[in-house]
Amino acid sequence: MINEFIQFSLTPILIGILAGISCAVPGNFLILKRQALIGDAISHVVLPGIVVAFIFTGVISTIPMLLGAAGAALVAVILIEIIKRLGKIEPGAAMGVVFTGMFALGVLILEQTDTSKVHLDVEHALMGNLESLIWLKAQGWQSLFDLDVLKTLPDELFRIIFVCGFILSLTVIFWRWLKIVTFDEEYARTIGIHSSIINFSLVIITAIAAVAAFESVGSIIVIAMFICPPAAARLMTNKLGIQVIWSIVFAILAAIFGYIIAGYGPLWFGSKNSVSAAGMIAVVSGIILLLTCMYGPCRESVGQKKD
Amino acid sequence: MINTTNTSEITPSKPALKIQGLTVSYGDKTAIFSVDANFPTASMSAIIGPNGAGKSTLLKAVIGVQPILAGQVHIFDNPIKNNLQKIAYVPQRVSVDWDFPTNVIDVVQMGLYRQGGLLGRMKGEQTSIAMDCLDRVGMADMWQQQIGQLSGGQQQRVFLARALAQDAEIYLLDEPFSGVDAATERAIIDVLKSLKSKNKSIIAVHHDLATVRDYFDYVLMINIKNIAEGLIDETFTNENLQSTYGGKLELTHAEELSAPRDRPTK
Repeated sequence: MINEFIQFSLTPILIGILAGISCAVPGNFLILKRQALIGDAISHVVLPGIVVAFIFTGVISTIPMLLGAAGAALVAVILIEIIKRLGKIEPGAAMGVVFTGMFALGVLILEQTDTSKVHLDVEHALMGNLESLIWLKAQGWQSLFDLDVLKTLPDELFRIIFVCGFILSLTVIFWRWLKIVTFDEEYARTIGIHSSIINFSLVIITAIAAVAAFESVGSIIVIAMFICPPAAARLMTNKLGIQVIWSIVFAILAAIFGYIIAGYGPLWFGSKNSVSAAGMIAVVSGIILLLTCMYGPCRESVGQKKD
Repeated sequence: MINTTNTSEITPSKPALKIQGLTVSYGDKTAIFSVDANFPTASMSAIIGPNGAGKSTLLKAVIGVQPILAGQVHIFDNPIKNNLQKIAYVPQRVSVDWDFPTNVIDVVQMGLYRQGGLLGRMKGEQTSIAMDCLDRVGMADMWQQQIGQLSGGQQQRVFLARALAQDAEIYLLDEPFSGVDAATERAIIDVLKSLKSKNKSIIAVHHDLATVRDYFDYVLMINIKNIAEGLIDETFTNENLQSTYGGKLELTHAEELSAPRDRPTK
């Protein structure tokens, strides 16, 4: 039983947790800046870039995918500007067209590619392949201390550990800047903070989180994790630091319960098949948000005008 | 007080803030065109003009938040670049989201940013500076309050306390009395007058023409372009008000405003 858990569930859950944290932490600042949809937009726009990078290299690895994603983001910015100028339509509509258009393009390209060698297809892009990230060589807990067996852990785990650590350390190092710029960007500039660098870095970090999480958990969970854990966390506290910690806690809870419910939940109801883990993690994070909306201790103080 | 800055260069003879030919546009629309101004040191100056006259834009252009097309800004005869730390800016209260998860003392400590140590650790001394600034605006007992629970007047006081924490030479305020209660307005004016008595220079975008004479001693009247500038008694006249506000101001109202009154000494 334990052995089976370590072989089949431990790494997917860990990857789900780390991907969730990588998205939830920058999500806090996006939400407070009222730019929550940037995470959504980025994870849509980067899909064709990731797919093209995959076609060129033939492997799923982070650096080419990041480059492809960056290229796609650049194309998106240019397209939005062109549509805005030529079509004379409002920016929101221009963005909406470009985001969904590029995502659809990514799906189309993906369908045309030969996915026989490496597992990357439409389903993977949307829902990831958490369930396949298993650790067959593991034999009980002692495997965690056996270097040779540890080496057989899926590469995705090491990549997401690196990305998550990178995002967390940047958040700690740039905490003050992030906080002041997020609260009052113009004022931040008057006291000598380079707001635009901080803003740009936040978007880059968001893209890194989206791309890194994408390869293992797919688009759906990325979008959910950028928004749900931080939004739920905001309703738990009135302190930014504690809000970020809550968002991490919620991301962890969503990953654990989402994975377990997806894997075992249907069995409890007599069904033989499990459901998508990534989809269930996203659903659980939505349920967490719903619960905090109803019972969160600080929901009274948010979103009300007092004068 | 908090920090003793080198005050040798700060004398009443030099303008605190000198603006030459400042031009800003938003796309095709000119927000301010070739505005000049010489705000004197150790005085309280008002920037007045109708809505859309470019008052707030002028302040934002001065502090570098708004990109400029042309023009120069000097403070105490030095280019503003590298001298920004001599300016404390109080933005419009409504420019930020007060639902932000933080409390009063945290916001005030943002003003101490330049003194912060590694990773922004605040020393005990800095907390006491922030508390002292809150005390000056009458908010010391609310230091732990979540900012979303503050009234408009209290929000404005917190912003002023944050600017006080910067211990600057020049204070730029964007509509500090907009939407605040009478007690707050008086508290802010008292703080500003005490700053002036310490040779600090105050420049405020102001929209209540009825109080210009009571609060300020210098005025810049703009409507995209310069209309008039100078000491209140000479400049805040019926003619200048008419040319600043055009037909938007009732003639009788303008006469009433511009008429010198016996002011109670403060």
